[in-house]
Amino acid sequence: MTDFFTMASLVFVVGSGIRLATPFLLAGLGETIGQRSGVLNLGVDGVMLLSAFGAYWTILETGRPVAGLLVGLGVGLVMGVVYGVVTVTLRAEQGVSGIGIFLFGLGMSDLLFQKKVGTPLPIRGFGDWHVPVLSRIPVIGEMFFQHSVLVYLAFLLVPVVAFLLNRTTFGLNVRAVGENPAAADSLGVSVARVRYKTILLANGLAGLAGAVLSIELGIFQQNLTNGQGFIAIALVYFGAWRPVGVMGGALLFGMVSATVLQWKTLGLVSGAASSLTAMAPALLTIVALVVISRTVGQPAALTRPFERGR
Amino acid sequence: MQMRRNRKWMGLAAVLAVLAMLAGACGSDEEAVDDGLFRIAVVAPSASNDLAFTQSIVDAVHVLDGVDVIDITDGTFIVADAAAAVRGYAEDGYDLVIAHGSQYGGSLQEIAKDFPDTAFAWGTSSDTFGLDNVSAYTAASDQGGYVMGAMAAVMTSSGVVGVIGPIAVGDAKLYVDGFVNGAAAQDPSVTVNVNYIESFSDVALAAEAAEAHIANGADILTGTAQMVVGATGVAAENGAKWFGTQSNQTALGEDMVVASQVYKWEKALQGIVNGVKNGDLGGSAHSINLENGGIVIEFNDGVDAGDARAIGEGLIADIKARMVDTGA
Repeated sequence: MTDFFTMASLVFVVGSGIRLATPFLLAGLGETIGQRSGVLNLGVDGVMLLSAFGAYWTILETGRPVAGLLVGLGVGLVMGVVYGVVTVTLRAEQGVSGIGIFLFGLGMSDLLFQKKVGTPLPIRGFGDWHVPVLSRIPVIGEMFFQHSVLVYLAFLLVPVVAFLLNRTTFGLNVRAVGENPAAADSLGVSVARVRYKTILLANGLAGLAGAVLSIELGIFQQNLTNGQGFIAIALVYFGAWRPVGVMGGALLFGMVSATVLQWKTLGLVSGAASSLTAMAPALLTIVALVVISRTVGQPAALTRPFERGR
Repeated sequence: MQMRRNRKWMGLAAVLAVLAMLAGACGSDEEAVDDGLFRIAVVAPSASNDLAFTQSIVDAVHVLDGVDVIDITDGTFIVADAAAAVRGYAEDGYDLVIAHGSQYGGSLQEIAKDFPDTAFAWGTSSDTFGLDNVSAYTAASDQGGYVMGAMAAVMTSSGVVGVIGPIAVGDAKLYVDGFVNGAAAQDPSVTVNVNYIESFSDVALAAEAAEAHIANGADILTGTAQMVVGATGVAAENGAKWFGTQSNQTALGEDMVVASQVYKWEKALQGIVNGVKNGDLGGSAHSINLENGGIVIEFNDGVDAGDARAIGEGLIADIKARMVDTGA
């Protein structure tokens, strides 16, 4: 166990935890915006998969990571339009619609991958960007300031989303629509318009999360996300629908995963204990979810379609 | 008006549901095909071109003699989906249904009892469940693992080698055990860190496991199962060398992959096919290994392995001659 309590080990765990948290954070921030307006999207994982493929294929064809990132974002926005039409305009049940989006994304991303690419070929992403001056600080620099630019982007979005939700008129409308859409409507706020905007933002960020995943891994494979979109949804509950809380949950999940990886690499856990520790991130999240759900209420209109006069 | 519109949609949905049920009912009575052609079906967990486990069986069935029709259902990482596909192929009268994944064993055991006249094969395992219509196949992947572990021990500059495994079962465990033993036999001072990530499909976690190995000083990595494509990216980024298994993984990095252990499942499957044609539906276990040519080590000439290559070739000859015990 003494091998674990070294500075090198700590640097790895923190750096790895931050990297692992990034896709969860992006998707979770988007889902937070959506849920605050009363829209649950269980299709996050499907959107991530389609965007991950879109970004991967674009980079494979063009060699340009920026183009891949934009395509991933674009795919997310397109899926947002689809989800908006289904859940806001057609007022379909959100849970089932989200599962439909997930299954569509899972199947379509694999189909496109098989038809357009076939054998997985590596791509080159952005690479790590060492933040000038800060990256040279001993220990701290290596932990926090030697990551891909996409990692910094994700964490910078936390205060941006928090500001958007808590300090702007748009954010006020989002929260009003998520708590009491009838009251918001009576005050002249277009519930449909607000929800379309939040769905686009949510899916756009889910698209970015998927793109980040394939770009950072430098590869695409069937079901690349491995359920990360669903964990991101759980982290929204974990974070009590607040951007900072979602970031905390994502970091906790990432750090625990990284710690378990480091334990295994150093041979500190093996056999049955190894299997048990692999469940640790999920178990911790569930425990936290139970605790938080008893103390914090979800947006009152979450999952409820709005229809004026009903 | 809204209510009426909803009723119209509900009516349409009900009609569609009835039509779907009728179509399903008609389909279940489909007669088994009997046109004299020999038909094989494969059900496998990941993509047909995953450069790993599934690709190895897909490549194999396409070089078998005496097979007229090949059908593949890949991507069935959900066991229930795989079971449905296996049962469907059996109902459709395929001569041999291959369930390629040790996780499918429980389902296959149940399904095979319902179709005593259909031949089934599954792997990697040597358990036929005592059923006369089930063949099992496995790979002595410890042999290739042993060879490449010894090569890695020669090539490492840091004295640390990293292994990324999925779950410690089947040929994955054999490979990892063989690799560790080969490295230890070649140079006991070399440290081999093994990390089973408890998943066959989590590419991101495999990549982070590779990062963990690199952070702990590894300059040579290996791994098994389809999720290793995440780890190979990390190896390439950090200038580490890679040893592949199951399929030739040179495409993942032509200046990184030293050698790959390649499965030639056809060496086991041809015997099973011939047996089925002669009325022997199964009941026995088959193994591929270096000696019978079912396992081949393919070296990448694009990477200079130095003395390690000669050592590897020598060990291959010794294992074929049964002069080396891999210890797995």
